[in-house]
Amino acid sequence: MNQFKENLFDDPDKSNTGVMAVKGSLDTRHGPILYMEDVSVSFDGFKALNKLSLYIDDGELRCLIGPNGAGKTTLMDVITGKTRPDTGSVFFGQTINLLEMDEPAIAQAGICRKFQKPSVFDALTVFENLELALKADKGAWHTLFFRLTGEQRDRIDEVLATIGLTEATQYRAGILSHGQKQWLEIGMLLMQEPKVMLVDEPIAGMTHQEIERTAELLLSLQGKHSIVVVEHDMEFVRSIARKVTVLHEGSVLTEGTMDEVQNDPRVIQVYLGG
Amino acid sequence: MKLLAFFGNDKTCTAVLLLITAVTFIIPFCNLISPPDSALHFSAYTVSLLGKYMAFALLGLSLDLVWGYAGILVLGQGAFFALGGYAMGMYLMRQIGTRGVYGNAELPDFMVFLNWKELPWYWLGFDNFGFAMLMVLLAPAILAFVFGWLAFRSRVTGVYLSIITQALTYALLLAFFRNEMGFGGNNGLTDFKDILGFNIQSEAVRGVLFMMTGICLISAFLVCRWLVNTKLGRVVTAIRDQESRVRFLGYRVEMFKLWLFVFAAMLAGIAGALYVPQVGIINPSEFSPLNSLEIVIWVAMGGRGTLYGAIVGAVLVNYSKTVLTGLLPEAWLYILGGLFIVVTLLLPDGIVGLLQRKIREQSA
Repeated sequence: MNQFKENLFDDPDKSNTGVMAVKGSLDTRHGPILYMEDVSVSFDGFKALNKLSLYIDDGELRCLIGPNGAGKTTLMDVITGKTRPDTGSVFFGQTINLLEMDEPAIAQAGICRKFQKPSVFDALTVFENLELALKADKGAWHTLFFRLTGEQRDRIDEVLATIGLTEATQYRAGILSHGQKQWLEIGMLLMQEPKVMLVDEPIAGMTHQEIERTAELLLSLQGKHSIVVVEHDMEFVRSIARKVTVLHEGSVLTEGTMDEVQNDPRVIQVYLGG
Repeated sequence: MKLLAFFGNDKTCTAVLLLITAVTFIIPFCNLISPPDSALHFSAYTVSLLGKYMAFALLGLSLDLVWGYAGILVLGQGAFFALGGYAMGMYLMRQIGTRGVYGNAELPDFMVFLNWKELPWYWLGFDNFGFAMLMVLLAPAILAFVFGWLAFRSRVTGVYLSIITQALTYALLLAFFRNEMGFGGNNGLTDFKDILGFNIQSEAVRGVLFMMTGICLISAFLVCRWLVNTKLGRVVTAIRDQESRVRFLGYRVEMFKLWLFVFAAMLAGIAGALYVPQVGIINPSEFSPLNSLEIVIWVAMGGRGTLYGAIVGAVLVNYSKTVLTGLLPEAWLYILGGLFIVVTLLLPDGIVGLLQRKIREQSA
């Protein structure tokens, strides 16, 4: 009770260091920004996730690998609100319960996602795609009378430069190459200024140079954002990952550096089917 | 300059808009200055026919907004049109006063015939023009809001939603057929005399109604055009193409669909209110599922997702209907169905899509 009072009359600027956690605001003082505990999801008896527990630290770049059907995409579906788990808990920081929120609320809270299949809006231009993703009030009324400020325009230009699509600003997204669509979608992630980025297979369909640039980009983003990357390309994972989590049959098989997991006999068995 | 940029890139669109504007003002003006027997004089029949087409064009426009841009294939848009029409019809009924067959100042004829002693509560206020016009907007809006709220929040989409909208208009058709509902049963509302104290049959009033229809159509077109060019318009287009993806960007998809649906229902209501005084009757057949399907055909034939395509489609299909039902009454439905198949298979972008392609080929 005393603690509560102290916290209540605390200088608001110091509230981050206060003892009480405020419900509904992001609290990452204990390190992790994402908590998944004992999460199970089953589809018609098939256990896509089986008592999975996973913690992602604030500012971390984490790679998820695992054979097909290991539950990588289901895991992202659970975090972003697309799939509700049968059991378990999913928290954003220590206080925000993601299981009580729907997709738009989770996105607005700062968890954004790039899909496995590039899903940009083909009928809109590259610029318009980024404008839609832009962090702003996303209510219908506000959207109706929305006007880009100079600052926001600069931000879009900056992202366009980052993703190398400055020349293609006014092109319809539908005519972009597969790799460019991947980049545009990464750009849409950046426009949302998320705290957590879930990136599903970012380099599929990219050329060698594009892959290198993607690796550079992801590395430059870590620290500012927490990033979870799902990828099959081991070389790519090795080039970006400090910590790798291996999923198998819906649970975490092992975690560690790339070298550690690659030498883990269980991982070898799973991948070689031995 | 800005206005030019607004239309500049689309010649067909500008042409359609100019044509409507010209028709809206020239026809009543000609009738005003020329004697009834001159060649410049348009008959009452022509004026009311063209007025009817323009009301239908507004209805088509409202459907194109939800179908062409938000991808919601509403097969019950006619229900909102009919509700707007009934609201207007109720006002016109109350204006008859003692001139009805039974001479009852308070009750419309059909209520006297049913032995009703007093006006049902939902008829109160309809003697006031302002209130009736408010209801023209509110009745469709409230129905659309309640229906949309339930459907979009439960994420009912695609063909399921289309079927429910069809069921909605059919349910209303059956309800309005019932005499006990108090809307005149299968005869509907008719025998109108005055509007705002002026004789509804007079040429001047017909001219004004015609002009009002044109002005409403042009204004609605401009508002819709503005709407689809805002960020909201782009969100809606994005919803049409990848609904779930839009949610992950933080937009509440159901609210965007709901407001657009409600707005389109109000436009349809206005169209109904303009239609009724010009044709002189509103009855439950306006709720029939077939009517709503026809609206879809107008929009598909004209060119979906262009707004002016809906106007072109509505006018052309209805003109063909007028001509062909005169020449070959039995064949009309077959022709309509055939046209729909031809357009779907050969002209996926509709008539205006074809025109645009021709223009591009010529300039290239």
